Amino acid sequence: MGNYLSAFLVGGLICAIGQIFLDNTNFKPAHLLVGLVVLGSILTGFGLYEPLKEFAGAGVTIPVSSFGNILTQGVIEGISNEGAFGLFTGLLKTASAGIGASIIFGFFIALLFSPKA
Amino acid sequence: MKQITKTKDEYQKVIKNNQSTKGKITNIIKAFFIGGLFCSLGQSLWYLFMTLNFSQNDAGALSTVTMILLGSLLTGFGVYDEIGQFGGAGSLIPVTGFANAVVAPAMDGKQDGLILGLGTQMFNVAGPVLVYAMVSAFLIGLLKLMLGG
Repeated sequence: MGNYLSAFLVGGLICAIGQIFLDNTNFKPAHLLVGLVVLGSILTGFGLYEPLKEFAGAGVTIPVSSFGNILTQGVIEGISNEGAFGLFTGLLKTASAGIGASIIFGFFIALLFSPKA
Repeated sequence: MKQITKTKDEYQKVIKNNQSTKGKITNIIKAFFIGGLFCSLGQSLWYLFMTLNFSQNDAGALSTVTMILLGSLLTGFGVYDEIGQFGGAGSLIPVTGFANAVVAPAMDGKQDGLILGLGTQMFNVAGPVLVYAMVSAFLIGLLKLMLGG
């Protein structure tokens, strides 16, 4: 699950590469986030995200690519337990913590706070 | 008075093309530093939850959830914008940035009502991210299923 140094270096590296991408192309931040999530899915499909997690811990679970990782992991577990139906039931299983938290915290904080004038 | 003839996108392009190499390198270093800092913070929360007797997996998920709460709160207090100005992609890519992308447009949209404003704007950036995360996860699962697991 990594340590402080590997988390800092790997997480920092992902963000630095993202910055190079944004500064040298005309893509928007949303493109970058979607690209990272899809990349996270593909790496998980090839079984490469788990070793990255072992090495860098939060360095790869805090960047948004981890959404791609947990969704794909959920689907893979789903199909091994329930077959084809698992393609749907697995999608949000392991991802529910992150997605649920984003929506619930996001809703209440947007409700309570107002943008600075 | 000169007329403004450029759209926001064109203006951004002009800024990008005129950015010095030195400026770009500074941006990369800032992104590296801020991104690394957020991940180390996530790592320390991971350790914290493990000392509270959560399993390694649960502690990891809890550290993500806590970071999302932190990102949402900092956005509510108007602090995340400032971090974003400094950190660029370093504040965008960590889940705190995802939380910011949920909360900031939702707060702005509140003036158009709780349903058509806040409710729709929340998914401005989070929507595409979740759609493509689900589609890619589904396709990879389908591929695995067809190739025999």
